[in-house]
Amino acid sequence: MLDGRGAIQHRAGPRLWLSALWLGLLVVLALGAPWIAPKDPLAQDLMLGRLPPFWIDGAEPGYWLGTDSLGRDVLSRILWGARLALTVALVAGTLTCLIGATLGLMAGFLRGASDLVISRLVDIWMAFPPVLFSILLVAVLGPGLFSIIAAIVLIDWTRFARVVRAEAMTQGAMDYVASAQVAGRGRIGTMALEILPNVLPTIGVLLTLEMGIAVIVEAILSFVNLSISTDAPTWGGMIAEGRTSVHQAWWVLVFPLLALFLTVLSFSQLGEGLKDRFDPVLR
Amino acid sequence: MSYLSIRDLELRLKGGGRLLRRVSLEVARGEVHGLVGESGAGKSMIGKAVLGTLPRSVEIVSGQILLDGTDVLAMHPAARRRLIGATCALIPQDPLTALNPAHRVGPQITDRLVDILRWPRAKAEARARELLAEVQIAEPERVMRSYPHELSGGMRQRILIASAFAAEPKLIVADEPTTALDVTVQKQILKLIKAMQERHGTALLFVTHDLGVVSKICQRLSVLYAGMVVEDTDVRTFFRAPRHPYSRALLAATPKYTDPTHSLTPVPEAVIATVRAEVAEADRRAGA
Amino acid sequence: MTEIYRVEGLHLSLADMTRKPLLGAAPRIEILKGLDFTIPRGAVLGIVGGSGSGKSTLGRALVRLLEPSSGSIRFEGTDITHLGEAALRPLRRRFQMIFQDPMSSLNPRHRVGGIIAAPLRLHGFDDVAARVGRALDHVGLPRGFAARYPHELSGGQRQRVGIARAIALEPEFILADEIVSGLDVSSQAQVLNLLGGLVRDLGLTLAFISHDLSVIRRLCSRVIVLYQGRIVEDRETAALFADPQAAYTRELLDAIPLPDPDQPWT
Repeated sequence: MLDGRGAIQHRAGPRLWLSALWLGLLVVLALGAPWIAPKDPLAQDLMLGRLPPFWIDGAEPGYWLGTDSLGRDVLSRILWGARLALTVALVAGTLTCLIGATLGLMAGFLRGASDLVISRLVDIWMAFPPVLFSILLVAVLGPGLFSIIAAIVLIDWTRFARVVRAEAMTQGAMDYVASAQVAGRGRIGTMALEILPNVLPTIGVLLTLEMGIAVIVEAILSFVNLSISTDAPTWGGMIAEGRTSVHQAWWVLVFPLLALFLTVLSFSQLGEGLKDRFDPVLR
Repeated sequence: MSYLSIRDLELRLKGGGRLLRRVSLEVARGEVHGLVGESGAGKSMIGKAVLGTLPRSVEIVSGQILLDGTDVLAMHPAARRRLIGATCALIPQDPLTALNPAHRVGPQITDRLVDILRWPRAKAEARARELLAEVQIAEPERVMRSYPHELSGGMRQRILIASAFAAEPKLIVADEPTTALDVTVQKQILKLIKAMQERHGTALLFVTHDLGVVSKICQRLSVLYAGMVVEDTDVRTFFRAPRHPYSRALLAATPKYTDPTHSLTPVPEAVIATVRAEVAEADRRAGA
Repeated sequence: MTEIYRVEGLHLSLADMTRKPLLGAAPRIEILKGLDFTIPRGAVLGIVGGSGSGKSTLGRALVRLLEPSSGSIRFEGTDITHLGEAALRPLRRRFQMIFQDPMSSLNPRHRVGGIIAAPLRLHGFDDVAARVGRALDHVGLPRGFAARYPHELSGGQRQRVGIARAIALEPEFILADEIVSGLDVSSQAQVLNLLGGLVRDLGLTLAFISHDLSVIRRLCSRVIVLYQGRIVEDRETAALFADPQAAYTRELLDAIPLPDPDQPWT
């Protein structure tokens, strides 16, 4: 090239690989929890309460990350907790995305009455404080996996709707949309075939962020004991229990917190990384 | 003696290709020097290098930029910014984005005089009024109190010109200042820039892709291709007898409505091959 | 019938959203204030004017991207002024448009081949791949470009893709809206020469919108000069350049900087 401007290239940064690696590992561990987990996550043994992790004196072989005050194995509980966290992330994230993005696309591209209705709905929805709203919802629906997912979807669809609407409006003003009209394509066809591919990268980033948020919301709900049944292992539940005994057994709090932190971070980094890597326009 | 002289300036994209290839040019006091070339030829980069506003992704490899005999590239960055702030100015391309929409016009002209050059505010305001009158704005007082969106594109470009001349700079870089304007407004603005430049004796580096504009406003011009100056000559010679085949080809591709027999000829492949070979040869010599 | 378009008393106003009151409808600004003209079959009509003259609005009304407020537009004898989108669809193949900014008019997520093929499929053409190939041949792009994305092309090449998409449908009429204003002179010359050749070879009728009379002179047989939503001059090109009648036309001509240091420019 004579012109130096063509020489810039985007490389897939380490953040894409690291986050994909962590999430991939987590999926495998979660799926394999019944076989991989060294102990029964529910088995209590008060004789083995508050055992430290393996590298500290007083550790018991087999309890790699120690035990909580009831003598339950922390590692096994984290692995079983990952099953719930990932289920919520995938199902709630995807449903939120589908509903929110579809409404946002309609409002932003079709405009008119559909925009009026959807935008007002979003405005009203966003006037509710989200955490209180979700706690209220689960309290009404009763605890359980279905309630958690329903709460997340009902609260967070506005996030997609707003961003996708703005993006669809920008794209709708581009000449390629007018050009599709000149070619004789209908409104719905233009929305699906011309606009959607251009908002897809944004939707992808939002989706991964939403999965991270879903993990957090689930943790918050189990932290306040509104998740699935109380003794099932959840990261939020473990954090809540660990908090009470942090001065005697920090590991009960720190390990689930770390798992939560890495997972949420990985989801957000995965989205950005994928966008950098696979967006033909950015490249 | 020339006021601005650029010697063997080499720019490179960090970790990428070369943007300017040993560019040299001289602009005398009170002279208008045109920089022409196709998009990507590097003409804007020269202006940016002079004003020290190159994007972070671009690095200066070698060469000198002398302002009145002082090599600004050898100066401490802070000292360089002060010198350039006091002696140079820019007339930007897009009058619609060059003024901050959140502020009134008056302070946008006077702030630089007050904050950077330490003028008393009253003096700066008097100067702004004087210059707005000079760029033929009828009610300077009212315009200074206006916000940019209340003014037309041509009006905003006049304000930017007034602002550029406010501190009596010795050198002004004009980066495609009329590209966004209608042809009738372009004519007024060009004549205005020319008149102001002559009255103030300012050296002007004028970046444009339009050879018609060059023929109206410049005394000399440099033709660039792929960051290399292929021809540097006075305007009359250039339009009468261009030396380089690429210059001839550019002229042949420029429409001229008064001459219906003038058929537009794109730059021929052979000419592009010739100048590319020259670029490659220059690169080879630079590498050797 | 010798004329492809007949436009009578064309008015068009758009809502001015910047002045919209909090409640109620936005005020409307009249962009086109009663235009009458015809486009003869096989003509290359130049539409020239400054910004705010309404030239792009007129173009978009001709291909019915905008709906006129009053007056009429007849295409091949059919009144298309207020036709709905469904009724327009079969006609759309016959009047096509090339856009000013090829970067925004080519969907960045689609490959060149897909961009040219999409309108063909919509209108039920058979043998789409071969037609895409022929369209690329016509505009002088290698067939291999079908697999590329728009951002991998230069400005001139993108504009050729825009032309290929329009001619692939074998339309009778093409509207070209400022299609060379963003290009370097060399690419501009290439695109103009290409367009001139296509008009001749394919028997097209072309309306060419531009702010640049030099370009119009090169390409067009007839010129309409617009000023603030009205036609101030409508003449044969040679006659217009030899003896411009309207004051605004003269002003436009006088303002063009010729590449000639001896041209008086007062």
